[in-house]
Amino acid sequence: MGVVTGIVMAFQFGTNWSVLSERTGAIQGPLLGYEAFTAFLLEASFFGVVMFGRQRVAPWFYLLSCVMVALGTTLSSFWIMANNSWMQVPVGHAIIDDKIVPTDWIAIIGGWVFHVRWLHMLLAAYLTTAMVVAATGAWYLLRRRFMSEGRLMLRYGLGLVGVLIPLQLVIGHLNGDYTQLHQPSKFTAIEGRWQTEQPARLILFAWPDPQNERNLFEIAVPALGSFIDTGNFTSMEPGIVTIPPDERPPIAVPFFGFRIMVGIGLLMLGLSWLGLALWATGRLDDSRRFLQLTALSFPIGFVAVIAGWYTAEVGRQPWVVFGLLRTNDAHTPTLSGGEVLTTLIGYTLVYGVVYSFGFYYIARLIWEGPGAPTGRIEGGTGMRPMAAAGDADTATGSSVRVARPSAATPKE
Amino acid sequence: MDASFFATFWAALIAFGILVYVVLDGFDLGVGILFGITRDEAARRTMVSAIAPVWDGNETWLVLVGASLFGAFPAVYAIFLPAFYLPVALLLFALIFRGVAFEFRERAIRTRPLWDTGFFLGSLIVAFVQGAAIGTMVTELPVLNGRYAGSAFEWVAPFPILCGIGLVLGYALLGAGWLVLKTEGPVHERARRQMIWLLVGVAVFVAVAFAGALRLHIRMADRWATSPGLLVLPLLLVLSALAVFVSLRREGSDHIPFIGAVTMVVLAYLMLVTSFWPYMIPFSVTIEDAAAPVESLSFMFWGAGLIVPPVVLIYTAIVYWVFRGKTSKTSTY
Repeated sequence: MGVVTGIVMAFQFGTNWSVLSERTGAIQGPLLGYEAFTAFLLEASFFGVVMFGRQRVAPWFYLLSCVMVALGTTLSSFWIMANNSWMQVPVGHAIIDDKIVPTDWIAIIGGWVFHVRWLHMLLAAYLTTAMVVAATGAWYLLRRRFMSEGRLMLRYGLGLVGVLIPLQLVIGHLNGDYTQLHQPSKFTAIEGRWQTEQPARLILFAWPDPQNERNLFEIAVPALGSFIDTGNFTSMEPGIVTIPPDERPPIAVPFFGFRIMVGIGLLMLGLSWLGLALWATGRLDDSRRFLQLTALSFPIGFVAVIAGWYTAEVGRQPWVVFGLLRTNDAHTPTLSGGEVLTTLIGYTLVYGVVYSFGFYYIARLIWEGPGAPTGRIEGGTGMRPMAAAGDADTATGSSVRVARPSAATPKE
Repeated sequence: MDASFFATFWAALIAFGILVYVVLDGFDLGVGILFGITRDEAARRTMVSAIAPVWDGNETWLVLVGASLFGAFPAVYAIFLPAFYLPVALLLFALIFRGVAFEFRERAIRTRPLWDTGFFLGSLIVAFVQGAAIGTMVTELPVLNGRYAGSAFEWVAPFPILCGIGLVLGYALLGAGWLVLKTEGPVHERARRQMIWLLVGVAVFVAVAFAGALRLHIRMADRWATSPGLLVLPLLLVLSALAVFVSLRREGSDHIPFIGAVTMVVLAYLMLVTSFWPYMIPFSVTIEDAAAPVESLSFMFWGAGLIVPPVVLIYTAIVYWVFRGKTSKTSTY
C-alpha cells in the first residue's frame, strides 16, 4: 500500500510542479534520485525475499534481507529529509541562468538543519510504531486474548516510547531553533504572537484572526515565550507583524498543527512513564483504565506526524523553496484548474477506496492476532503477512486461520 | 571525464532502464491482461502465482527510470509529465489499483470480483497509456522555449492510440510467453495458443507503426535511408518472430517462446531508439539540451551511477534464480 501510493508523489514533481522541477531539478533530482536508488537497491529487491523467500534461502540470508530492508527505509528517509530540508532552508546552491544549481553537496547533505530534521522524523516514525505495538498489546490484554504476546508488546512498546520521547522533545526543540533562525515567518506563526513583545508571552491557545492581526480567545503565560525562545525571561521576541503580509503563511495551520504535535508528544511522555511506573510496581496488566487509554492511543503517533508535517509545510508558505521560489510561481503553467481538480478527485477516490480496504485488512490482521499461519501454506502465493488476514478460505493466499476454529481446516 | 560523458552515461542508463522495465513489467502486465480474459479461478490463481514474487521488483525499474530522468534531465521531466498530465494520472490510478488488487484479492470473497476487475483493467490501462505516450512522443510534442506548449489531449490521436493497442498486444505476448515458461497444464496450453494470435498482431502492429513513423518524419526516414545497416534490426525481428512461431508448434521447448518474445521487444525498442537518438523529445530536445549541470550528473554518477546498475542487475538475476522453475511446483513456499 505504501509503495504504490508513494509513486504518485515522485510523479507530481513533473506533472503539477514542472517549473519547480525545471528550476531546482539539478538539486532536488539527484537527492530524490538517490532516494529511489537506495530504496530500489535495498527495499524492493530484498523485500521479495522477506515476503516470499523464507523457505527458499538460508536463515542468514533471510536475516540479512530483513536488515537490508530496514537499512533501506532508513536511507530513504535520509534522502527524503535532505531534499525537504533543502526546500526549507536552501544551502550550497547558486543561481545561474534562472536555474538553481548545486555548488556544495557537502553543505546540502551535511548541514545541521537537515540532520536535526532527519532525527526528528526517524524518532517520530519509531514512536508511531512503538505506540501501535503498545496499543495492540493493551487491546489484547483487555480482551484477554494472546495474553503472553500482549504483555510483551505492551512492555516493548511502552519501553521504547518511554526512552525515545524525551529524546524527541530535545530534538524537537532543536527543530524549533533552526526555524527561529532561518524561517522567522513560520516561527512567528507557530508562536502565534502578532506584536513584538518584551518579555514575550507563551500563547497556549488562541484563535488567530489574520484579518485584524490579532488573536481571539487567547490563553497565555507571561514571559515563558521569551524563555523558550532564548533561555532567558526578558528577551524581546518579534511578532507576526514583522513579516511582510505577502510572506506570511496561513497562520492557523502551523499554529494548531504545532500544538497538536507537541500535545501528543507530552501525552506520550505521560502515558509511557505512567506505564513504566505501573510495570515497576507490578500493576501494569491489571490497570484496566490504563490499558484502555493505551489501546485508544493507537493512532496518536500518526496524528502527531501529520500535524508536524502540516506545521512544517504550510508554515513554509508562500514559498515552495524558502526565500527562492514561490509556490505560486512553481506550478505547471499549461495546467488548467479543471485538470487539477479532476485528478485531485480521482486520487481522493482511489486513495479512499484503497485505504478503506487497507485499514479493514490491517484491522483483521490485528484481530486475528499472532496465531496466524507462519508455516507452509499449500497452494498459496506465499507467506505474505496480509495474506493471513481476511475472510477468504480458499483464495490464493492463506486458508489456515488458527484464530477461528471454523476455518482451522483448509477446504482444499 | 567531461559533461558530455556524464550526460551520455545517464541517457544510456535511462534507455537501458526503460528497456528492462518494458521487458520485466511487460510480462507481468501481460499476464494481468490475459488474466482478464479467463474466468476460471484455478487458472487465475496459477497466473497470479506465476508473477507474485517478481512483479513488485519489476515495477521499481519504472521508479529507477523516473528518478534518473528527474536527476539527470530535469528539463525532459518537466516537459514530458505535463504533456501527459491526464494519462499519467490514469497510469498511476491503474498502477495503484493493480498493486493493491494483487494483495487484496487473496483474502476477499465478496469483493474479489472488484479486485479482479481492478487487476485486469489496471494492467490493460498501464500498457495502453505507455504505448500511447510513446506514440505521442513519436508524433512530436509541441515544445516552446524548453516548455511544453500543447494541450492535455495531445495523445488523443490515431497514431498514439495505435501504439497503445500495439503495446497491449506486445505485453500480452510477453505475458503469454512467461506463462508458457512458468506454468503447466491448461494455463500453459492456452498461453501457447494465444501466443500465435498475439504474434500475428504484434508483427502487423510493428510494421504499420514503423511505416507510419517513417511517413511522419523525413529526418527519421533519412537516417534509415542513409544507414541501411540498421535494417538488420527489423530483419532480426522477423527472424525471432519466426523462431517463436516454430517453437510454439513443437512441444517441449518452453523457453524459446519467451526468449523469442523478449528478443522481439528488444529489437522493436532498438528500432525506436536508433530512430531518434540523441533526441530525448523527438526533434526538439537533445540529451545535451536537457542535461543537468555537471555537478549534479557527477554527484549522482560516483555515488549511484557506478554502483546501482551492476548491483541491481546481479540482484535481479538472483531473485529470478531463487524463484526459477515451474510455478505449479514452486508455489508452496
